[in-house]
Amino acid sequence: MTTPLLKVRGLKIGATVYPPGEKPHDIEIVHGVDFDVEAGKVLGLIGESGAGKSTIGLASMAYGRGGVKLTAGSVEVNGRDVLKAPLKDIRKLRGAEVTYVSQSAAASFNPAKQIMEQVIEASVGQGKFSKAKAQARAVELFTKLGLPDPDTIGNRYPHQVSGGQLQRCMTALALCPEPDLVVFDEPTTALDVTTQIDVLKAIKDAIRDTGVAALYITHDLAVVAQVSDHIMVLRHGEKVEYGTTDQIINTPQEEYTKALVSVRSIEHEEKQPTEPVLRVENITARYKGTNFDVLHDVSVDISPGQTLAVVGESGSGKSTLARVITGLLPPTAGKITFAGRTLSPDLPSRSIEDMRELQMIYQMADTAMNPRQTVGTIIGRPLEFYFGLKGAEKQKRIQELLDEIELGQGFQDRYPAELSGGQKQRVCIARALAAKPKLIICDEVTSALDPLVADGILKLLLDLQRIEDVAYLFITHDLATVRAISDSIAVMYQGKVQRYGTKSEVLTPPFDDYTDLLLSSVPEMKLGWLEDVIANRKMESAGN
Amino acid sequence: MLKNIPLSAAIGLLITGTYFLAALFAPLIAPYGMAETVGDVWEPSSAAHWLGTDQIGRDLLTRMIFGGQTTIFIATAATILSFTTGSVLGFLAAVSGGWVDQVMSRLVDLFMSIPSLILALVILSSIEATVLTLIVIMGLLDSTRVYRLARAVAVDISVMDYVEAARLRGEKLGWIIFREILPNALSPLVAEMGLRFIFMVLFISTLSFLGIGVQPPLADWGGIVKENKEGINFGIGAALYPAVAIATLAISVNLIADWILNRTTSLKGGRG
Repeated sequence: MTTPLLKVRGLKIGATVYPPGEKPHDIEIVHGVDFDVEAGKVLGLIGESGAGKSTIGLASMAYGRGGVKLTAGSVEVNGRDVLKAPLKDIRKLRGAEVTYVSQSAAASFNPAKQIMEQVIEASVGQGKFSKAKAQARAVELFTKLGLPDPDTIGNRYPHQVSGGQLQRCMTALALCPEPDLVVFDEPTTALDVTTQIDVLKAIKDAIRDTGVAALYITHDLAVVAQVSDHIMVLRHGEKVEYGTTDQIINTPQEEYTKALVSVRSIEHEEKQPTEPVLRVENITARYKGTNFDVLHDVSVDISPGQTLAVVGESGSGKSTLARVITGLLPPTAGKITFAGRTLSPDLPSRSIEDMRELQMIYQMADTAMNPRQTVGTIIGRPLEFYFGLKGAEKQKRIQELLDEIELGQGFQDRYPAELSGGQKQRVCIARALAAKPKLIICDEVTSALDPLVADGILKLLLDLQRIEDVAYLFITHDLATVRAISDSIAVMYQGKVQRYGTKSEVLTPPFDDYTDLLLSSVPEMKLGWLEDVIANRKMESAGN
Repeated sequence: MLKNIPLSAAIGLLITGTYFLAALFAPLIAPYGMAETVGDVWEPSSAAHWLGTDQIGRDLLTRMIFGGQTTIFIATAATILSFTTGSVLGFLAAVSGGWVDQVMSRLVDLFMSIPSLILALVILSSIEATVLTLIVIMGLLDSTRVYRLARAVAVDISVMDYVEAARLRGEKLGWIIFREILPNALSPLVAEMGLRFIFMVLFISTLSFLGIGVQPPLADWGGIVKENKEGINFGIGAALYPAVAIATLAISVNLIADWILNRTTSLKGGRG
């Protein structure tokens, strides 16, 4: 057996934490991890946030982000232990033997420099190639990655290409110095599904053609299944399971892996539409100071106690629709009827009753709660404001709501910063429920959460819908979520409703081209899925 | 709360506390009456007069203690006034936006374009300088600075989702300003408050030194410098004591402000 390209043994990683009111102390975030990556192979690292995936990925470049320290173990690249190597040698390693692709290309590229200059920077700086040779190689990579105008795209600035293209440029940047190993850190997570699929394909082809080895870090098992040879499942800084991709996907051994594989197991019986609680008719809207309509002639209905899912890519106008319904953005044309009343277009002229019956839950629970208010205050305020509850009565109701969102005792006096991501979102749900609304607008409420946590939130929302008979307008880009919870679906594309109807109508062929593209782009946990989809597509995604 | 208090903050608290206590209990601790002539002109320090006497033979320590009372009281009152008006108006501008913000901000710009000392001189030459008018003039002139800071901080906060959530709930302006924005804007404002308090001390001292601030026989630190400045020609240090007092007070108040800033920013979920 050949020596592996990357050999990690007993890797332990620590960090110093500074909890408020306590002395700073050290904690261990990765507790002794072993793995190998052989030349030309791809290892997928998968786990939830906080599992230590990115930290381990960066450790293979002998780098610890922030106050992270590599405390024990060995990381051998091409037979050399880089943890013991002097900084001079490590600098030669980074950007030459091992390179890195980060999650947000938009934040990683320098906006003031042309793409080409940045793509060849490491290769030239490390003395691997001359400038001319590096540029030729960059153009070759641009072609391989399927970028448009490969000869001239390098002369553009980062803001002149789309998000998916920029992510591919970053892959070119990483591959340019002919490294032995590339660390991909969530390279497609920030992209729309239809764009993700192209980038994924480009990355996969580039890996195969250049024969480079890769560490592919992601939280999405279906994505990693498409590109990796082996998968390592991580949790709380420890290895849970390691195996070939086929084995992890089809015959997982550990409970945790099984849970990851079977996530989105929610069953939801579709309900038939009745007399709508919210009726949106022919809404057209634009933002102040712009001259194009973000929404064109949008009409949808929501029946009481049912869920309408609004799906689409970023920029399709789904969040704008929410702003129009809540009154934050008065539409230029159209009418909204809510619970039999015509809603006034702008928020200040709506009645308290209208505001109470229409609540909203945000994507980022972090910024949706005042960090200086306790959970008790956050949930208690709507009770006090709408129903005039005070004292013991209010406390009792707060506790009831906390029980409903499955948090129980002891949460009233906590601050948002003392809650986990899932708990925060639950508190936001309780705040919306406290108003006894008829409709809750859920704007990407699970997108920022790990799959297992998101699953819990969706189950909770469905349970609450059954108990409280509340309707949801569920905005999301995630089709798996849509399948799980919706009664009817509106597919939005460039500010228009592309397809609208009950779930079974929308999800039953024949599809229009865009819906087909959208539906087929959702990664499936199946080997060879990526190739099948690319082969059968009718429409190019907007990322090209 | 007083556990784990850093040394610098302890020193700041000690010195500031001494000054404030001396100001509060001035009539009790001062060895002589405020305007009482008890010795010769510019006597050196002695057991009877620890800091010596001033230009007409009053006990300088007594003058310093009563002067501190006046200076600290005026500066504190003016700081409170400037912070209340400045931050409430600043928050209001940030939350309202649009023309309300425009009108208020341009008006503030107008006032800030005139040096506040000159503006104060003009106003005080036309009205009588009493303790009350001094507080009101200084407080309002300074509130323009606080307004700018409060508005800038509140603009950042007012676009947060939790403020939007409060608006969607139908909350009135008062709740949004005092319950959603104020708690999150507190730490930069507190740090600014320490600084502004010291500027107030300097401001009132300057006015008194120029003769249009606190009027004799009432003592204040700027006034003591003015009364004793001739002494410097003869090697008499009486005018330097108020200067030392102002400097030590300035430093110690800012030591406390730094500490509070550190504490509040590290509060659970506080702004970084």
